[in-house]
Amino acid sequence: MRNSLPSRFRGAATVITMLLLASGARLAAQTTDTVPQMRPHGMGWGRETFVLAEVLDYSPAVADRSVDYDLVAWSGGAVNRLWLKVDGGVATRGRATHGEYQLLYGRLVTPWWDAQFGARVDQKSSGGGSASRVGGVVGLQGLAPGWFELEPSLFVTSGGNVSFDLTASYDLFLTQRIVLQPRLESTLALRDESDFGVGRGLSSTSFGLRTRFEFRREFAPYVGVVWDRTYGRTAEFANLSGESTSEARVVAGLRLWR
Amino acid sequence: MSLTLSRRGFLGAAALVGSAALPHPLRGAALESNPLDPGLASLARVPNGRREYDLTIAETTLRIDGRNARATTINGTVPGPMLRFREGEEAVIRVRNTLCEDTSIHWHGILLPPEMDGVPGLSFPGIRPGETFEYRFHVKQAGTYWYHSHSGLQEQLGHYGALIIEPAERTGPAYDREHVVILSDWTFEDPYRVLSRLKKQPDAYNYQRRTVADFFRDVSRDGFSAAINDRVMWAGMRMNPTDIADVTGATYSYLLNGRVAEEPWAGQFASGERVLLRLINAGAGSYFDVRIPGVSMTVVQVSGQPVEPVETDEVRIALAETYDVIVQLPDSRSYALYAEAMDRSGFTAGTLAAREGVLAELPPRRRRPLLTMADMGMDHSAMTGMDGEMDHAAMGHDMPPSTPAAATPAAEHAGHDMSGGAPAMALRAAGTLPPETPHDSETHGVGNAMVPMSTKSRLAEPGTGLGGDSRRVLTYSQLRAAEPWSTFREPTREIELHLTGNMDRFTWAIDGIPFERATPIEFAYGERLRLTMVNDSMMNHPMHLHGMWMELENGQGNHSPRVHTINVKPAERVSLLINADAPGRWAFHCHVLYHMEVGMFREVVVSKMPSAHAGHHDAE
Repeated sequence: MRNSLPSRFRGAATVITMLLLASGARLAAQTTDTVPQMRPHGMGWGRETFVLAEVLDYSPAVADRSVDYDLVAWSGGAVNRLWLKVDGGVATRGRATHGEYQLLYGRLVTPWWDAQFGARVDQKSSGGGSASRVGGVVGLQGLAPGWFELEPSLFVTSGGNVSFDLTASYDLFLTQRIVLQPRLESTLALRDESDFGVGRGLSSTSFGLRTRFEFRREFAPYVGVVWDRTYGRTAEFANLSGESTSEARVVAGLRLWR
Repeated sequence: MSLTLSRRGFLGAAALVGSAALPHPLRGAALESNPLDPGLASLARVPNGRREYDLTIAETTLRIDGRNARATTINGTVPGPMLRFREGEEAVIRVRNTLCEDTSIHWHGILLPPEMDGVPGLSFPGIRPGETFEYRFHVKQAGTYWYHSHSGLQEQLGHYGALIIEPAERTGPAYDREHVVILSDWTFEDPYRVLSRLKKQPDAYNYQRRTVADFFRDVSRDGFSAAINDRVMWAGMRMNPTDIADVTGATYSYLLNGRVAEEPWAGQFASGERVLLRLINAGAGSYFDVRIPGVSMTVVQVSGQPVEPVETDEVRIALAETYDVIVQLPDSRSYALYAEAMDRSGFTAGTLAAREGVLAELPPRRRRPLLTMADMGMDHSAMTGMDGEMDHAAMGHDMPPSTPAAATPAAEHAGHDMSGGAPAMALRAAGTLPPETPHDSETHGVGNAMVPMSTKSRLAEPGTGLGGDSRRVLTYSQLRAAEPWSTFREPTREIELHLTGNMDRFTWAIDGIPFERATPIEFAYGERLRLTMVNDSMMNHPMHLHGMWMELENGQGNHSPRVHTINVKPAERVSLLINADAPGRWAFHCHVLYHMEVGMFREVVVSKMPSAHAGHHDAE
């Protein structure tokens, strides 16, 4: 098991980040140059920073009483954005944690879809040890016909492993403030990556059904159920390490944004 | 004495701080003639024909909707003081800025030199904190107008007021009394926070979405397959039929002369009097549907310009529009002056009362409307079965036929400019309606979510949520200028602009290009233009041109009504004639404040020198 990021990938990630920031700054500078002196201020989209905790689950009934989260943040204009995505979980009983961290540049390529690319770091640890992997990500994020939020992405690790992730969700308005959200996260890998407990083929799905109450649009507590499943080789790896391959849990949490 | 007059108005206004909702802060000025009849009181003569006002822009805490509100006020009140002039006078208005940020005042609908128009960055640099700017211009017109800040989002914070100009010689329909009625919207949120929320979740203020319960209601009414088809159709296009207003009653308190319906403004009348109501929509994001239940209204002025009287029951007033209506109340009961927001998420009301303290009964609220297939520019007849809530009454009636010559495609889409050698012959006759035109292949980039299949004139339609009952609703096609225009002539050039938006990103623009990346639209001084606007979006946009009149081509020929602001309905094609007679730099923009702020704005340059490249070219 690898205990830390190989330094060359940390370096690469730093370089990519710098390049992204620099190109952003250059764009900003160009915009400023072309504005004549007497112009009304603003009159454009400007810059915004958005932070969303789509999922912030507490699972009181499972053994490790985990807290799972799916956070996304972006900063930028209507077209060009820098994205940060954090998806993971931490046990409140025990020491297991897992997380995926993505830093992406995104560009609106159609009215409904952002194309995104950047770097991703996965980390996983338990009482027994830890593992991590890094790589590049290419993905899309947007709204499909039918009002489905879709987020397909392709992850190529430094070791040459390729996996495909898909997140899909839908908001069903039961009332003006009560929203039922089915949400699917799934992973499909091309090769085994036993370090990470990932097997080739469809490896895992997580289907959640959460009902939130929007006190404000930004503040919505929810309750729900989540079914986690692993399949095929991934399930075999899970069995070997004594983890369950299918688990249903009741969750309570908060959906927050600002 | 002008100074005395304005100072007295001033003192009156200052005394009213704290009870800011009083409608006529300048009543002191009018008392000179007839205390019961402030509006009709003729203004006292001023020396040298110069009438002066002093205005102070300040941040003031006052009561709105029963709560303390931090407003940006003019002389301490919301709305600001009514300014009155007589046609032919010289206006001298000193504006002192006590804010910590720049401010400005734009005189909406007034013809004046460009440096007096009050648009920071175009007309002048703006009024810095602590500075006083003196506006000075000759008043060359009469009618109901208004004024407001053109800086940032100050307009949302109460920075507006009425500007009334009496004609040099009284003409037009007679009336006995008048009241100014300023409709507006107030939020206790920081307007920049409102904008930020809209950018992050564009439907954040929509609490009228279609729910599961609505679906079952539709199933029982229209049948399962119709209800499903309708949902599939809207969802398939990722469009929301309840997306009528960006900012709604969820945050807005709707105001009439600064007051909410619960503690209404009251205007006096005597039984049998003809009362002129000068309606002004000074809101930042709200269209209002105005009526007086039980009483008809006669529309006599639009955009400050006289029109042949039209009797109606209800008037939709788009943002920044002004309408004068005359009502005659048959008895001395109290009557409600009722103004519902277009999306029905709220309303405001005032009382017209013969005696003080008698409140009128309010009518029941109406259900929120839905957008229809027509708002997407879909072929209406083919899709009729699809949407049970479609507004049939609105469609297909009294649409004057367009001329056959108009069948030529309206404009080349490269820059939407007909000037490139297109002979004037190719343009259809002045004052006629634009023909139904399929949308071309230009989709205006990622800042535009959709293009309608085809666009056509919708001037004869009452608009979203109106019509379909026994109530008469004013339409643009009914408007006819009171007198033919002596300057009316055929256009020699057509400019076509598309109103675009991506509601998912809250990007609003013209031709998909926000102001900050756009180059100015060029008019050649003295030319006669046709400005065609095509609304590719599913929202209404009240478009306002500074400095020049637009003559709305509604089929009335040389009686085409003049407007300073025109509402363009979803999937509508509308054309206006412009005499480019005002050299200088002018603003042209959507008057939904938040649409303007994100870039639905263009500079118009009227150049005296013949331009080498007449017409405009957008930046790539």
